[in-house]
Amino acid sequence: MSGMATFSWQQLLPSWHGWTTMLSINVADRLAHRGDFFVGTLFRFLPIVTQIFLWTAVFSAAGSELIAGYSRNDFVAYYLLTMMARSFSSMPGLAGGIARSVRDGSVKKYLVQPIDYVGFLMAARVAHKLVYFAIAAAPFGLMFFLCRGFFPPLPEVPTIAAFLATLVMSFLLGFFLEATLGMLGFWVLEVSSLIFVYMLAQYLLSGHMFPLDMLDSITLSSSGYSLGDLVQLLPFQYTAYFPCAVWLGKIQGQELVSGLLVEAVWVVVAAVACRIAFLRGTRRYSAFGG
Amino acid sequence: MILVFARWGLYCFAMTSSSSDSRSLSPVIDVHGLAKHYRVADKQEGLASSIRGLFHRKSRTVEALRGVSLTVEPGEFVAILGPNGAGKTTFLKLLAGIITPTTGAATVLGHVPWQRHDDFRRRFALVMGQKNQLWWDLPAAESFRLHQVIYRLDRQRFEQTRDELVELLDVGRLIHQPVRELSLGERMKLELIAALLHEPEVLLLDEPTIGLDVVAQHSIHGFLRKVQTERGTTVLLTTHYMKDVAALCRRVVVITHGRILYDGTLTEIIDRFTTHKIVTLDFEQPPSETTIAGWGYPCERDGPQVRLRIDRERIAETLPRILAGESVLDVTVEDVPLEDVIADLFRAGRDEYALAETASGGQA
Repeated sequence: MSGMATFSWQQLLPSWHGWTTMLSINVADRLAHRGDFFVGTLFRFLPIVTQIFLWTAVFSAAGSELIAGYSRNDFVAYYLLTMMARSFSSMPGLAGGIARSVRDGSVKKYLVQPIDYVGFLMAARVAHKLVYFAIAAAPFGLMFFLCRGFFPPLPEVPTIAAFLATLVMSFLLGFFLEATLGMLGFWVLEVSSLIFVYMLAQYLLSGHMFPLDMLDSITLSSSGYSLGDLVQLLPFQYTAYFPCAVWLGKIQGQELVSGLLVEAVWVVVAAVACRIAFLRGTRRYSAFGG
Repeated sequence: MILVFARWGLYCFAMTSSSSDSRSLSPVIDVHGLAKHYRVADKQEGLASSIRGLFHRKSRTVEALRGVSLTVEPGEFVAILGPNGAGKTTFLKLLAGIITPTTGAATVLGHVPWQRHDDFRRRFALVMGQKNQLWWDLPAAESFRLHQVIYRLDRQRFEQTRDELVELLDVGRLIHQPVRELSLGERMKLELIAALLHEPEVLLLDEPTIGLDVVAQHSIHGFLRKVQTERGTTVLLTTHYMKDVAALCRRVVVITHGRILYDGTLTEIIDRFTTHKIVTLDFEQPPSETTIAGWGYPCERDGPQVRLRIDRERIAETLPRILAGESVLDVTVEDVPLEDVIADLFRAGRDEYALAETASGGQA
């Protein structure tokens, strides 16, 4: 109950001045680690080169134009787009950071100060992403320009709008899922193995590793459903596969609308889960820990 | 709905009762029978017991606080003393609302702290250890700006307060340097500034001078004293340094084993708990051991200099006797050092606790 009493929408998100301050402080904090940040940003682009070589080799070995409905160019375009989607939905250090703050007691600060921890983390993460995009914009642009040959022609404006909406929602979904995971630190001492399992599931089931519609052809014995149907029921696809599929025109019309709605529902579910985990976690912390 | 009305009624009642006499009637901190029990895992050493622990966890209850009652009036400066593990930090955490008590009630500034209402949280501050509020990799000035946002402080007022505090502690050149590069004392000064930017009415300090050199301790004493008198802040501070207490606090609360053992002024402590005075005598001709033993309890002997403990009641008659009988070059009479008094008090608390435990069957 005590945690519930403190909740108010006003404190959930900071004022405009709050945002700009938090942004500039996070920029400063990022810049304090600029070496790590620049290297991390640049090396994100290396895997795409290996992907191009890999799929060229796979296609020449297979000797066919299409694998699971994808051409070589489709694969490369798909991976470039997942990179884009992951840059929105991945939250490096979020869950681990929350769990660490619980373990070393620095979470106290957010109980003492008139600030909402989740709102604060969100603001910090938005700032983090903005800094990231400011730095990564040029290399991203160059990469997409160089790889333009792999892409189908630009989609229609509504598709682009839907794509942008999925990216924003994938950011929110990724944030709340990982924040919820981090909140488990209130119950267990060490969450790094849980984070590892989550990352693995995320990698396999989000479409980061391969396009998820490749799973449609794998039917689960006698049930009539495919593995793809099963994966569709999980939220992970919205953090990588879904935005890419939208851009590539694989999801359209009614299917697109319902997909966006389901994604929005997942965002709300994850946000509520995160809030509940935080409220229960702080209650537990204040009852047992400290 | 009924609840809302009941609450509103209570509120009106509180308003009328407090408006009749604005401050003195309502204590800033009001604590009744506060107790906090923790369950901790009991881990035996060794691999075998670790494996056993996977299936069968043993735990025991630690009673960090066992019924503490206390009121603090506005503008008081209270020291909370006690041996390690006495429950001092737990007490501060309860007042800050970080933890909820097992039993008991408390209000701070009219709020129940562990409900963590924002209007409560805007009005107090807690400094507990290093790396508390400041961003490690950034200059303190940045963390200060963040506080301005978090506490929604008016820009001009914030800048004025910040500049005053920075000047008071003379740390102007430090606030633009990453915090991690600063010394322990410098960091603590900046932590204190961060805690005071929003001009809290209640300030809770957990060992603010721990590990600091004498100069840093002095400047923090001066700073706290000045801020406290100028703003009328109510300050509770835990410490192990008697210098902090002597410099700052008129009131002292001693906690041992989760209970308040003593609550009163510092001078009262000395009056009540010291039975002796320390007398140092410089003799021309050092007297024999037996002569000295006749005056009091000898503590130390260094050539012609002798230190003695003499009963307080007997000092008025003993001292003239010594001065008449021997040729004394110099004499000083002092109180027993505060550290020793407090140590005696802690020991008394421990013995009392042990006694109570054996009486109740020793269920620790």
